Amino acid sequence: MHALDLKLLRDFRRLWAQALAIALVLGCGVAIFLTSFGMYRALEDTRAAYYERNRFADIFAEARRAPDPLAREIAAIPGVAGIETRVVGNVILDIPGRAKTAVGRVISLPNGGLPQLNRPLLRSGALPDPEATDQVMVNEPFARAHGFVPGDRFAANLNGQKRELTITGTALSPEFIYTIGPGALMPDNEGYGILWMPERAAAAAFDMTGAFNSVSLNLTRGTSEAEAIDRLDDLLRPYGGFGAHGRDIQLSNSFIDAEIKSLKSMAMVLPPVFFGISAFLVNMVLGRIVALERSEIGLLKAVGYSSGEVCLHYLLLAGLIAVAGILIGWAVGSWLAHSLAEIYADFFDFPYLIYRVSYDTYVIAASIALAAAGFGAARAALAAARLSPAVAMAPPAPPRYSRSLFDRALGALRLSQPAMMVIRSVFRWPIRSGLTVLGLALAVAVMVAATFTPDAMDKIVDSAFYQSNRQDAMLLFSEDKPLSTLEEVRRLPGVLEVEGQLFLPAELRHLNLKKRVDIDARPPGGDLARVIDAEGRAVTPMPGSILLAERLASELEVRPGDMVDVSFLGGRRETHRLRVDGLVTQYFGLGAYMDFDTANRLFRQAPQISTANILMDDSLADTLHARLKQMPGLAGTIMMNDTRRSFQDTLAENVIIMTTVYATIAILITVGVAYNGARVQLSERARELASLRILGFTRGEVSAILVGETMLLAVAAQPLGWLFGYAIAWSMTKGFTSDLYSIPLVLTPATFATASLVVLAASLGTVLIVRRRLDRLDLVAVMKTRE
Amino acid sequence: MERPIFRTESVTKVYDTGGAKVHALAGVDLALFAGELAVLLGPSGSGKSTLLNILGGLDRVTSGRVWFRDLELTALRDRGLTRYRRDHVGFVFQFYNLVPSLSARENVQLVTDVAVNPMEPAEALALVGLSHRLDHFPAELSGGEQQRVAIARAIAKRPEVLLCDEPTGALDSKTGVQVLEALKDINDRFGTTTVVITHNAAIRKMAHRVVRFQDGRILGVEENAARLAPHEIAW
Repeated sequence: MHALDLKLLRDFRRLWAQALAIALVLGCGVAIFLTSFGMYRALEDTRAAYYERNRFADIFAEARRAPDPLAREIAAIPGVAGIETRVVGNVILDIPGRAKTAVGRVISLPNGGLPQLNRPLLRSGALPDPEATDQVMVNEPFARAHGFVPGDRFAANLNGQKRELTITGTALSPEFIYTIGPGALMPDNEGYGILWMPERAAAAAFDMTGAFNSVSLNLTRGTSEAEAIDRLDDLLRPYGGFGAHGRDIQLSNSFIDAEIKSLKSMAMVLPPVFFGISAFLVNMVLGRIVALERSEIGLLKAVGYSSGEVCLHYLLLAGLIAVAGILIGWAVGSWLAHSLAEIYADFFDFPYLIYRVSYDTYVIAASIALAAAGFGAARAALAAARLSPAVAMAPPAPPRYSRSLFDRALGALRLSQPAMMVIRSVFRWPIRSGLTVLGLALAVAVMVAATFTPDAMDKIVDSAFYQSNRQDAMLLFSEDKPLSTLEEVRRLPGVLEVEGQLFLPAELRHLNLKKRVDIDARPPGGDLARVIDAEGRAVTPMPGSILLAERLASELEVRPGDMVDVSFLGGRRETHRLRVDGLVTQYFGLGAYMDFDTANRLFRQAPQISTANILMDDSLADTLHARLKQMPGLAGTIMMNDTRRSFQDTLAENVIIMTTVYATIAILITVGVAYNGARVQLSERARELASLRILGFTRGEVSAILVGETMLLAVAAQPLGWLFGYAIAWSMTKGFTSDLYSIPLVLTPATFATASLVVLAASLGTVLIVRRRLDRLDLVAVMKTRE
Repeated sequence: MERPIFRTESVTKVYDTGGAKVHALAGVDLALFAGELAVLLGPSGSGKSTLLNILGGLDRVTSGRVWFRDLELTALRDRGLTRYRRDHVGFVFQFYNLVPSLSARENVQLVTDVAVNPMEPAEALALVGLSHRLDHFPAELSGGEQQRVAIARAIAKRPEVLLCDEPTGALDSKTGVQVLEALKDINDRFGTTTVVITHNAAIRKMAHRVVRFQDGRILGVEENAARLAPHEIAW
């Protein structure tokens, strides 16, 4: 081995603590990049492969009842490559051993067996017999949740008739990677199942013989999706079409989209922070090493090493630190990705796991880390290369001090000499002090951004469940019912209060923007389900106007007072121009609200409702459920307490993981920055501090200088950190926002205080570790060292 | 000793340190001959170190020309100077300039790694009497031993010239004599042109020629009719 390489390895070993502190920060960047970018690609690739193999459709539409021959006309739409018509509907299930109702989504299977589009993937058992009326294939997660195997039976209320169904097999489908029931916030595989039923039986159950109510299309490459959607809408309009849409608002797909989007935004926001801090730390440490090794550099050059070789020598030192960081990052990142994959496995139902971070992601992560370290090392390495040998051999010129206005101002403050030393040093190296402050500020910011989520979630839960939706349960009817149905509901056992709610599928248009939503209309005086404005007050839409969720308004670029065109997709399919009366704060979905009477008047119909909201007596819950299982025309139930609890449980678990990970990250950044800062400072100041000791200063007084500078910078970093934290939290809420949900930016003083405490404590702990070296300072040796 | 190995012509060196200009060399004409041991004598600041750095290709002249044999050093760019140092020159410094993280053998190897026809590091260390200290680190060696490692490092590449800047400056007289013995031994044995800078006038007695410096100029050159061995010198 070359002597220079030996020096490199020994220097690296000597610097292990500083190198490790940097490598950990760099490793964080690599790990987060690997996890976020790697999982982003894995998820996207897995989904793409699944969609491709199981022919996930491009366009989806539902209608009330379209005759079978219409399928030929739909197939003739230019650019349509494949078409699948089917019968779908929701039914109430009665599952043995389960008191509560469950909801089943019935999907018809064509006579020949598997459909051409959205092909289910058989996982066990077999397809149902096409002629059978009591056989179904169910989605695998539902079967697993109930311990069902082929041959097991459960009951369903099909069009008012309770029927025993036999499970012939289990399957997964690209349509239901994220399986979420009507009105639910989280997948509930016990309460919601997919039932594939032979076409004949499904048509009979939903009165659809010779007709279909759902159609999916595949397009040839290059076909305009928007045009095909318009043509399909035109064809379905006479048959009660509810508006065709692409994959973007297909429920399962849009949840995966949201996850992919947030992984992507995580990959864009966080790793650069770590790589930037690592580059700064490498720069600081290597700058000091080059200063210390000045005469060695001179020697290397004197004996004939070229500038390039000297430069490379220091770049390689940074390279070794980077390699350590990369190895740590690869290990932690692989573990994190694996853990994330396990979380995904709970939520997403893929038939195969391509949950493997691809090798090129490892290579990309490593390359970025090397580039960051190299970038950080460049200044010091070039300085080493540029150092003329004759100059390098001579001791460096003492730093130039001159009395400035600043010094005079300092003098006027009459500070103690140690305090003066601290302040002078901070301002003597303004770039280094500035970057140290920046690094610590980023640690605070990461903490703020991590700990704000629980508060945001509390606010979401409070808003969604305690302010807006205060009912115990929602009963969803398969089609709109007259208002008098509420009286029937009121007579059910255990029902304490009941209110109705009407949902009208519509397309809202403003300028050239459009959005398909379900407009919500409630009879006045309701207290269970309320609409809450930005100030937290319950509001009711004025007759003839509409209230929009803030996100919906911003997507349509509408402000209060503007007019929007509302094209109803049901009833007479008329378009009306309505004034936007106000905005509503809402974190789930894109809500639009109008006055109940106005809605019924526009539809020229007697008052109708789509759902009934109830308050119930919990002691009679089982009796109520038993009745609901028999109730005709009921398509589903949503138990709000269950929904809330599963939402809170899932979040609580994720929040704990997330907060732990982020706090670890913040501490690593702090340690990396504070440790290296203090070590460099100690190295520069050794003589100075030893002199003070010789002059009679106590250990404590001398330590105060070292600790004082680091803590001064740490305190200075706090306000900046809060600001960055605010910015990161804000960009995170933007990154998470989708049509499905949004996260409010809730930042409490406690959040900022916690972040500051963690970072200040970590800084203090770190600098105290460095301080111990002061105790071991050999006063005589230090004074003899030539520098 | 007829053929000059170094020749300088009206060499000046001006350091511009912001405010004041320092004339380190103010017109130096000198010839040094192959195989001689020359001592450059003068108080600090007289310009002898500057000249040594220029001869060694570590520094550049402000004006004037310098030749190493037929190679004009003043015409070389950075790469050429590096090449020149690598192939022809050995340095010994006052503060040894050993790499603390490398053992004696490895410090020598640092040079033999990049030299064309070097001797074995152990052989070079044997020449300065350090065969028993091969694997010691600088911190484990005395000052005299460290300086002898530096000499071994300088001669291991079999240089044509050995440039020594105050090689005994940091040593007591006893260890200083050992170092000078090593230098004389190399000069006698290999005929390596050796230039020794010192402000210690006693050392001049071991030289073939003594060049006296003052204020950036050469005061005079004298030849020693009878040289003394280092152990005969006292200071």
